[in-house]
Amino acid sequence: MKIHLALSLASASLWHRRKVLALVCLTLTLSVTLLLGIQYLRTEVKQSFTSTISDTDLIIGARSGQLNLLMYTVFHIGDATNNIRWSTFQDLEQDTRIDWLIPISLGDSYKGFRVVGTDKGFAEHFRFGRGQPLNLAGGQWFDGIFDVVLGAGVARTLNHGLGDKIILSHGGGRTSFSNHKDTPFTVTGILEATGTPVDQAVYISLQGMEAIHVGWESGVAIPGRTLTPEKAQNRDFTPKTITAVFAGLDRKILTFRVQRDLNQYAGEPLSAILPGVALSELWRLMSQFEQALLGITGFVVVTSLIGLIAVLLTLQTQRAHEIAILRATGASPGLIASLYLIECLALALVACVISLALGALAISMFGPWLLTNYGIQLQLRPLTFEEWSLLISVPLAALLVALIPAFSAWRQSRSQGFGSPGGT
Amino acid sequence: MNNQSETNAHLREHAPAAIDVKSLSFSWGSQQPTLLFPDLTLPQGEHLFLHGPSGTGKSTFLSLLAGMLAPDAGSIKLLGTDIHQLGASKRDRFRADHMGVIFQQFNLVPYLTAEANVTLPCRLSHRRKAATGEAPAAAAQRLLAALAIPQSHWQRKVTQLSIGQQQRIAAARALIGAPEIILADEPTSALDSDNRDRFIQLLLTMAEQRNTSVLFVSHDRSLAQHFHHQLELGQVAA
Repeated sequence: MKIHLALSLASASLWHRRKVLALVCLTLTLSVTLLLGIQYLRTEVKQSFTSTISDTDLIIGARSGQLNLLMYTVFHIGDATNNIRWSTFQDLEQDTRIDWLIPISLGDSYKGFRVVGTDKGFAEHFRFGRGQPLNLAGGQWFDGIFDVVLGAGVARTLNHGLGDKIILSHGGGRTSFSNHKDTPFTVTGILEATGTPVDQAVYISLQGMEAIHVGWESGVAIPGRTLTPEKAQNRDFTPKTITAVFAGLDRKILTFRVQRDLNQYAGEPLSAILPGVALSELWRLMSQFEQALLGITGFVVVTSLIGLIAVLLTLQTQRAHEIAILRATGASPGLIASLYLIECLALALVACVISLALGALAISMFGPWLLTNYGIQLQLRPLTFEEWSLLISVPLAALLVALIPAFSAWRQSRSQGFGSPGGT
Repeated sequence: MNNQSETNAHLREHAPAAIDVKSLSFSWGSQQPTLLFPDLTLPQGEHLFLHGPSGTGKSTFLSLLAGMLAPDAGSIKLLGTDIHQLGASKRDRFRADHMGVIFQQFNLVPYLTAEANVTLPCRLSHRRKAATGEAPAAAAQRLLAALAIPQSHWQRKVTQLSIGQQQRIAAARALIGAPEIILADEPTSALDSDNRDRFIQLLLTMAEQRNTSVLFVSHDRSLAQHFHHQLELGQVAA
């Protein structure tokens, strides 16, 4: 009966003060939205980061550290320490334990975006996210030597369409002075956005990669020795070296054995890495930053809770008469204190519910836009345990800080005189 | 609950005093003068007018009677119960069960309707609720009607009502559930003389119907004519 009374008094009192409290509640809502949003993004970014590449069991390149190999093959950051021989690739093809191989040849760029030389295996076997394949938004995969497929980000940034002719540059860098201007490529396909580094690269065949470098053996084009598209037909462009190989195994259980065998490969020094392991190692390096971000957001919530208490304490002076009436009518100091606890808890709960709705609305509205414009994949999903805990901690914290005005009201109402606030 | 035993005790004594005060004193601190209060005995159902200029400890006396302040010395027996022998929560309960209060002003909880303000004691006390003999809302409506509050105002926020109406709603709250004692602290000081007399007559008539004792404090001696007894505060203050 008393709880029912406290609840109905508290809700009537909240409604009575709704104009002042709405502002406090808004502050709290925004900070909870921020907190929840950042935690949600953290989970999503981690998910999308660690699933930048999936289903690939091993990445094989010249001997180097695993982060370096991961960075230049998957994220297109940094350069290969060395290439590996084509004969090594052919050896790998003979290995019965290996199901499929994707050769990767790097080194050139197109207006700052990496050029990836590969073969049909890339379209067929490359997976990202939760095993999603690459899809073309338009056109088809490269067929001819001078065909190029653009990542979604490249096509969007440079505003390219199917059939455009593009000139690749030798080496990396946004502005290169040595361009493969004799051998323009035709855009035959554009990939759908994936939210991974795949969006930020262009894809040509290994043969194309080989063809544009005929006459470039010394590092610069020697006039007269480079190819023209006409001369390129009917020549054999089997590469002599490639940069790295993505490999998928028949039986995952053999991954470590194959890795060990490759690390001890007799033909040349190789490194084979497990992309999942390397990705989580990389994530650990970056997680410091996002931890700090979450910490800052936590402080934002604490700040708005303090604001809430400040307002409640200010309102307390206005409530002196009301407390005097309730006390004189026989309400216990505990009932008075519980009003504050209930009101604070209710405000926090309202803030949490609104921020949940706000967050869901924002994600469902801006998710597709973020993916097409920034390549950030953000989907609506049920909250994780961590996110629920964070959300529930808000009303709990509110309850905790509400003890301050509740205790002060309790003390004040214990020394409450008849009809007049605060004793006299 | 000790209502049962209390009731029995009253029956045995035949004339249970609503209020019985003996050699009561109180001081707000060691530096402050000690307030001495006159002994008084008010039989159940009779009304007392307590006159005292300001500064004679009227509000302090009411706080002591209501059990919201503890006396330095002396005893207060309400309905045969020494309320300062009770624990704090029992005192709160005793107040909810047996007392109605009317203040000088700001009598009502601002965010409740007139009717919800009147039924408040029934929500704090099972005894008062049971004593209405009907739904508290119905009892509240009958009281409001008897105190000439228009029906259109019953569900309104009390802040929209006039001072006179607010005081009458406070009287309805004090009367609901027929408590044995009503403490009224200058409830008419904000009213004009017509309203004042009408208010006192209504309050006393309805209190008599319920066998409720009214202890009425005021500095306005002209009101004393309405009461069975009157007493001067402050004459024994040392």
